[in-house]
Amino acid sequence: MSLEFWIVQTFNGLSYGALLFLLASGLSLIFGVMRVVNLAHGSYFLLGGYVALSVIWKTKSFPLALLCGSLAIALVGVGMERLFLRRLAGQTLGQVLMTVGFALIFQDLALLIWGGDPYSLPLPSWLQGVVTAGALRFPKYRIFIMVLATVIGATLWLALDRTRVGAMIRAAVDDAEMAQGVGIRVPTVSLGVFALGALLAALGGGIGGGFLGVYPGLDFEILPYAFVVVIVGGLGSLPGAMVGSLLVGLLDNFGKALFPELAYFTLFAPMALILALRPTGLFGRT
Amino acid sequence: MAEPHALRLEGVSKWFGGLRAVDSVELAVRPGERRALIGPNGAGKTTLFNLIAGVLPVSAGRITLFGDDVTRLAQHRRAALGLTRTFQITNLFPSLTVLDNVRLAAQALTPAKFSMLRPLGRFTELEAGARRALAAVGLEDRAATTVRHLSHGEQRQLEIALALAGKPRVLLLDEPAAGLSHAEARLMTALLQRLDPAITLLIIEHDMDIALEVAQHVTVLHYGKVIADGTREAVKADPMVREIYLGA
Amino acid sequence: MRERRGIVIGLVAVVVAAGVAPLLSAYPLTLLTQAAIVAVLAMSLDVLLGYTGLPSLGHAAYFGVAAYAVGILTTDHQRGFLVCLLVGLGLATLTAAVFGLLAIRATGTYFLMITLALGMVVWGLAFRWVSMTKGDNGIAGVPRPDLGGPWNLTAPLPFFYFVLAGALLAWALLGLLVRSSFGLTLMGIRESESRMRALGYNVWLHKYLAFILSGFFAGFAGVFWAYYNGFVSPVDVQLVTSVETLLMVALGGPGTLAGPALGAALIVFLKNFVSVYTKRWLLILGAVYIGVILFAPRGVLGAFRRER
Repeated sequence: MSLEFWIVQTFNGLSYGALLFLLASGLSLIFGVMRVVNLAHGSYFLLGGYVALSVIWKTKSFPLALLCGSLAIALVGVGMERLFLRRLAGQTLGQVLMTVGFALIFQDLALLIWGGDPYSLPLPSWLQGVVTAGALRFPKYRIFIMVLATVIGATLWLALDRTRVGAMIRAAVDDAEMAQGVGIRVPTVSLGVFALGALLAALGGGIGGGFLGVYPGLDFEILPYAFVVVIVGGLGSLPGAMVGSLLVGLLDNFGKALFPELAYFTLFAPMALILALRPTGLFGRT
Repeated sequence: MAEPHALRLEGVSKWFGGLRAVDSVELAVRPGERRALIGPNGAGKTTLFNLIAGVLPVSAGRITLFGDDVTRLAQHRRAALGLTRTFQITNLFPSLTVLDNVRLAAQALTPAKFSMLRPLGRFTELEAGARRALAAVGLEDRAATTVRHLSHGEQRQLEIALALAGKPRVLLLDEPAAGLSHAEARLMTALLQRLDPAITLLIIEHDMDIALEVAQHVTVLHYGKVIADGTREAVKADPMVREIYLGA
Repeated sequence: MRERRGIVIGLVAVVVAAGVAPLLSAYPLTLLTQAAIVAVLAMSLDVLLGYTGLPSLGHAAYFGVAAYAVGILTTDHQRGFLVCLLVGLGLATLTAAVFGLLAIRATGTYFLMITLALGMVVWGLAFRWVSMTKGDNGIAGVPRPDLGGPWNLTAPLPFFYFVLAGALLAWALLGLLVRSSFGLTLMGIRESESRMRALGYNVWLHKYLAFILSGFFAGFAGVFWAYYNGFVSPVDVQLVTSVETLLMVALGGPGTLAGPALGAALIVFLKNFVSVYTKRWLLILGAVYIGVILFAPRGVLGAFRRER
């Protein structure tokens, strides 16, 4: 294995990890505030991709496509939480199972609306092509993904750390009952975080559409990745989601490159290790 | 050789971050003794119970049960050695019947719990033992009732029955009279006084009257430390204790 | 007694099915056969979910591992029924034993996520390990078992009775299991783990055993499934299959055995009925899911239960 191989695979792994961060951070935050694992999260990713696709077909505008995709799915998330999940407040298992039902519905609706063919999001010219460094070529799009994810990650971190809203979210994650007692409107915070999570996932799906593509089954295929990220990083932790997604991205890439027949198996090992040593994840809380 | 203490705590401490919930507690309970553990709210009584029962690991110190060091043992292993506890907030099996609840307690330390093919009804001895425990607390008529349909008082009685069914050597009772009406509390006191004298009892009780009626020996905790330890008369007369309960 | 009610309903259903079978044409008969096999899968999950309180979303893994074992052994190695049964059961149980080590330390939502991820690992293997599983194409041409003697299992009716016998055996064993003291222990764990620990139970160990047993019976169903379907593919281990199984338990009433079996039959018939008119099975399944969770959380059997 040449040095080139390692550099390229590391680069690919990091870019994939960046994408996973968008997906997993939302999942982690939603759990942090609501203690619910949203099994429709993969569906948000998928639908975000599909909506972005439709918008770009109509308008040819990449930024608009991403924007519309994220906002549309954020609205879907709001609807899901407000109209359905809230009815089962406190029954976390029931809520989780409900998200499963939605995942199935979304999958079928997507099939109905966009059909069974796989698509790829057409990239704007300024994101096409590669950046060369010596003999190595790095696709501009992947660089873009990493930059965007870093910016979003940093913004999220600062927002959580420095703003009032962020403080409210952190309080709700820490102790929802207490937060409610101090006057923080926890149901509103939950709704906001849910919408944010959906938005991030959908944004991830839109962006992912440019290099993973958008196709039926992607929702359930990508969901375990999000799970492994939060299992490894710890539910409810943003730094955990960051570290976890980079780790998973790298492991998956190297795994696929070195052992193509083993698929998810290469994620299995680190997940198993973490579960054995720290059941709540690297940065997790019980 | 002197008979070992039923329960012995040496220098037991527990801290959470900077907070010392339990501070260098020394406790020596003789077999068959009835000991009350009292103290104001937040004194560390429940934490101490959780340390003895094995729910929480100690930060320092040693716990021995009839001479055996149990400091590092998991909860279920301590139960196997004869240490049983009840819960302050009722912790039963709500959708099962009263009889099944006690059956679970009775079979806990027997190989029956791994039996996969024999129907429950075949274990006649276990069932008899379970019914005896129910009779000891006065619930034999309610055996077929589902637990969530029991009154609070009956549930507190069942808590005790669960503890008795396992034939404990040392019994930790965490506020057995919690939430009981005055009349029910009288019944509970009578029940506790009727318990097999061979069992060593350690009772946390908020209601001082009940505590002092059931126990001859009292340990007083305050901010995690033992501040008084002696017969109930001595403790009642202790000026520091009086100040804490009457003065503060 | 509610247990008796479950047994009576189940027995009646079995007798009716056995009696009516010779009168049915091929298609309804195959549906009935399918229902019997899937009922065993649902009951196996009930042991874990309904009795022990562990919500698994990866149960199709053990079902599928056994089915693939049969698929590979019959088509590539021409092995007979007994070998396939033993290997299928063995692999399913081994998979459960390994996965259980990882999953059992977790509870509730964590457990759900981990079992889902583990189920996807098996799916991923089925999909990508093409040299072994033929990937997306699946393994076709699984022959019916040749038991010798007068039985020709290629015909639907004898095969149905064969499956029914297997399902009855599984039901009987599971029934004994949940009515035993071990079964009571599992229910105790479901109701209050902390109490069980305080009473002296090694809760981890019992949960682990339940997990393995559950995987064993799921594998049992998987073996029959491979023979029934004649074809094994990643669809058998996909997430949707685990989700459908969970719904069968939720719909029928967790913790009753007969309920999930009934739920299985309901879902099988619903799925096949719906597929005649529309391709939108997943949409309907999802809607049914949400409906059940919202309006009938104790399931169909639970709606008829009256508590004392």
